[in-house]
Amino acid sequence: MRRRDKIFGELDWISILLYLVLVVFGWLSIYSATSNDFSRNLFDLSQRYGKQLMWIGFALLLALFILVIDAKFFSAFAYVFYFLMIGVLISVLIYGKTVAGSKSWFQVGSFAIQPAEFAKFVTALTLAKYLNGLNMDMRQLKTKVLSIVILAIPAILILLQNDTGSALVYFSFVLVLFREGFSGIIIVIGVMMAFLFIVTLWFGELYMAGALVLLVLVVFALLRNIRKKWRLVMAILALSVAFVFSVNYAFEKVLEPHQKTRILVLLGMKKDIHGAGYNVNQAKIAIGSGGLTGKGYRKGMLTHNRFVPEQSTDFIFCTIGEERGFVGSFVLILLFVALLVRLVFLAERQRSSFSRIYGYGVVSVLFFHFAVNIGMTIGLAPVVGIPLPFFSYGGSSLWAFTILLFIFIKQDANRLNVL
Amino acid sequence: MYKKDYSDRKYFIIGFIVLIAIGFVVRLFYLQVIDNSYKLSAKNIALRTEIAYPARGRIYDRNSDLLVFNDAVYDLMVIPGQVKNIDTTKFCKLLNIGKKYFIRRLKKAKHYSYYKPSVFTKQLSKREFGPFEEKLYEFQGFYYQTRTLRHYVHPIAAHLLGSIGEVNLRDLKKDSYYRQGDYIGKSGIERFYEKVLRGKKGSKIVEVDVHNRVTGSFQNGKFDTLAIPGDNLYLSIDYRLQAYGEKLMQNKVGSIVAIEPSSGEILSMVSSPCFDPSLLVGRQRSENYNMLLHDTLHPLLNRAVNGTYPPGSTFKLINALIGLQEGVVTKHTLFSCQGTQSKPIACSHNHRSPLSLKDAIAISCNSYFWKTFKAILHSSKYNNVHKAYHEWYLKVRSFGLGKKLDTDIPYQRSGNIPDNAYFDKLYHKSWDALTVRSLSIGQGEILVTPIQLANMVAIIANKGWYYPPHFLKSTESIDTTSAKYHKRINCLIDTTYFKIVQDAMKKVFNNDEGTAHFYQTPLFSQAGKTGTVQNPHGKDHSIFVAFAPVEHPKIAIAVIVENAGYGSTWAAPVASLMMEKYIRDTISRKQLEKRIMEGDLIHNKTKKH
Ligand SMILES: [Zn+2]
Repeated sequence: MRRRDKIFGELDWISILLYLVLVVFGWLSIYSATSNDFSRNLFDLSQRYGKQLMWIGFALLLALFILVIDAKFFSAFAYVFYFLMIGVLISVLIYGKTVAGSKSWFQVGSFAIQPAEFAKFVTALTLAKYLNGLNMDMRQLKTKVLSIVILAIPAILILLQNDTGSALVYFSFVLVLFREGFSGIIIVIGVMMAFLFIVTLWFGELYMAGALVLLVLVVFALLRNIRKKWRLVMAILALSVAFVFSVNYAFEKVLEPHQKTRILVLLGMKKDIHGAGYNVNQAKIAIGSGGLTGKGYRKGMLTHNRFVPEQSTDFIFCTIGEERGFVGSFVLILLFVALLVRLVFLAERQRSSFSRIYGYGVVSVLFFHFAVNIGMTIGLAPVVGIPLPFFSYGGSSLWAFTILLFIFIKQDANRLNVL
Repeated sequence: MYKKDYSDRKYFIIGFIVLIAIGFVVRLFYLQVIDNSYKLSAKNIALRTEIAYPARGRIYDRNSDLLVFNDAVYDLMVIPGQVKNIDTTKFCKLLNIGKKYFIRRLKKAKHYSYYKPSVFTKQLSKREFGPFEEKLYEFQGFYYQTRTLRHYVHPIAAHLLGSIGEVNLRDLKKDSYYRQGDYIGKSGIERFYEKVLRGKKGSKIVEVDVHNRVTGSFQNGKFDTLAIPGDNLYLSIDYRLQAYGEKLMQNKVGSIVAIEPSSGEILSMVSSPCFDPSLLVGRQRSENYNMLLHDTLHPLLNRAVNGTYPPGSTFKLINALIGLQEGVVTKHTLFSCQGTQSKPIACSHNHRSPLSLKDAIAISCNSYFWKTFKAILHSSKYNNVHKAYHEWYLKVRSFGLGKKLDTDIPYQRSGNIPDNAYFDKLYHKSWDALTVRSLSIGQGEILVTPIQLANMVAIIANKGWYYPPHFLKSTESIDTTSAKYHKRINCLIDTTYFKIVQDAMKKVFNNDEGTAHFYQTPLFSQAGKTGTVQNPHGKDHSIFVAFAPVEHPKIAIAVIVENAGYGSTWAAPVASLMMEKYIRDTISRKQLEKRIMEGDLIHNKTKKH
């Protein structure tokens, strides 16, 4: 019980340092993107950089608070949080305020709070608590189904708020399930289906079905020993062809028109400089104009002049790309990868599976945001409007990511006290 | 319990993270270092997206005479965050504005956003903007956008053409094409054909130097899209007839609708009081709109499609046709009339009795049509008044009454033809012909709009069918209009019966006893029917429906003059003059024309109060 003497336990200063560097880097970008000649006061709360500074202050207080309270608090109250969260997500659907088409905000005084942001760490805690049970085994069907239910409830409620981006985040927990033994083959099939989906939209379902049949014939001709497994191959072929034909139906009937447009624009099948393609086009120009070393801090005239829409929130990466060039973008990506890999390492050194699973939850959520946000900015992922962790302007997301991360850092600091 | 250890899977996870990161780095290296298509030329510091607004389609009449075109104006835009070192005095002098105005507008723009462009002053004419444009480069943070405003060749047809205004929140939500400040058709043709007329906006990315001067297009316009101008519309309207109708209706409240029966094309649609459509254009729009909105005569109301009136005696034509179809009357059927002493419906005047069907129409005998209506409802064919009423109801509806016309006129009202359910509820299922007798002479619950009335008489002119009345003849790019305007709709009356009614309508003009015989002319043959509609709020409405020439109808028309008394006094001469204008292009009855044009039913009325 020697460790108990320290209030914080054994803190992992590497991840805390990476967190701080990212937050500072982010604030500097927001300052560059939103400052102007009218106000030079850093604490001007009428300006976004001023507000963000205040939110960073609160975030640090939150982090400190999490580090001093008992580590067991979060595992003990995980389910309570989860049901509270469901209540809040339902009430935001009823009483919430609509911003940019999503009914996902609570107005508190002059600030708006987005509950969906906080649902992420609660879901991660709940999943960890559930899978931590002694008899849990991912190979059991019940475990698989209940895990998916835990993830699906918040995802569906957030989808109902018309906030597609935040709902998609819950897909990222597949990474956690994978680590905990969810069969890799199911995930591979999922990825294959996504691949078939995209390629089908590209070429049309008839060509795609023909190509699949052709592929099987070629495989049979070339690989002699697979002929013995012809039943399996035929079954896969039949399922694939059925899937290919259902893609078109799903695409036409299930998706909303604006979602269809975004997917088509992303796949390069539709040129839409004004709609969904507009942001990405402007973002690419801003980033591309940065060159190798960038134009210099606060000299990014494109991001500075609002050439890129949403450039302090979802498209904040443009500011880095334009002002710091390839070098800056590379460093930023390196910082994120370093943090993610460090967190994987921390997760693996946990004694309790609760901490490990929660740690992977943190990795999944952060990684998903990182991949989708930067991916959409540089035209590699659809524009789904989710923030870049610790970077994008916005109190709710900064606080939520801070809580998410620091709960894990606290668990890690306390790992040796776990019996 | 044995638990498999999956910790090896961490390598997959780390590998996946690193793989995505490498993908990003490669992509960024390509975008930022290899690909040159995103680099600015050396002396430029910024890019700006300029929206190219297309010219809105022009509108022509049926003879390709221009009605509506565009004129360029300038919106001066400001991005407050870029405003630096402005010589305010010079600025105000060039634009001819006061310093207070300058401060107020800039404050408003700042309040909206420091970074997003706001309109500083909108719709400046070339003359107003010219001097400023030359010095624009001295004023950082300001630039301009070219917009177009509607111009009208003639001050007519405001109701049917409609107007254009800035998009509201609903429009923005409904169609992502629009941005704040864009214009959209708000009413009439401008609204219905918005998508045809608006064209497609283009966008242009331009490079800007340190002085905020546009130095050229970015990457030779690689990312630009051209604006596609809107399509021109050719309407079925005859602008001379429209102008003439508006002149006849001056100082009167009411409406005229004229249709070409053979095509369903609307030749003119007048709603009086009229106003000059250019009142609702430009910076004066909202001020003028409010003025019109608060006018006690409601000039903004398009009475031709929004005014609902009982059809009065013009509806006797329909009852005659249904009576013939049901076989309860023939052209030889005689009914007696006790004139003003008649029961249960009094006739408006004493006349010879009994009358034949044709004479009853020419003279407009109430008793005759009460008896016809009663015979329809008591027809032995159905042996049940309610069932017979339903059959009557269906036949009336087949004349396009009691429902909106499926056509290119926005904001129509459907009027009213009461159905069985309505009377069942009102009279607790115990009602008969006597209860609903007002329907026999077009009074009571029946309500029609002028366009429906004109369509009704077009059906009679065509002997039993119609095309939905519509405005569109063609557009610049597509020659044929929507197929639905070319789908013949038949009414539930056989062609043979129309001849009888047409003959009777001719008698309205030609017979000495006819209610419109003052307006007969040897120049062309006319057929019509008067209506005088009781109005609980004041003097009767004067109604007339007609078509001409009877043998080969070129025009079918409905006229309503509110609070004008007998149909024969005001509505009939207006209709007759309109038909003469359209068929002969000149007016021979100058004396009559003078009386109508100078007739003032609005200001006389106010004197009485
Ligand atoms: Zn009579």
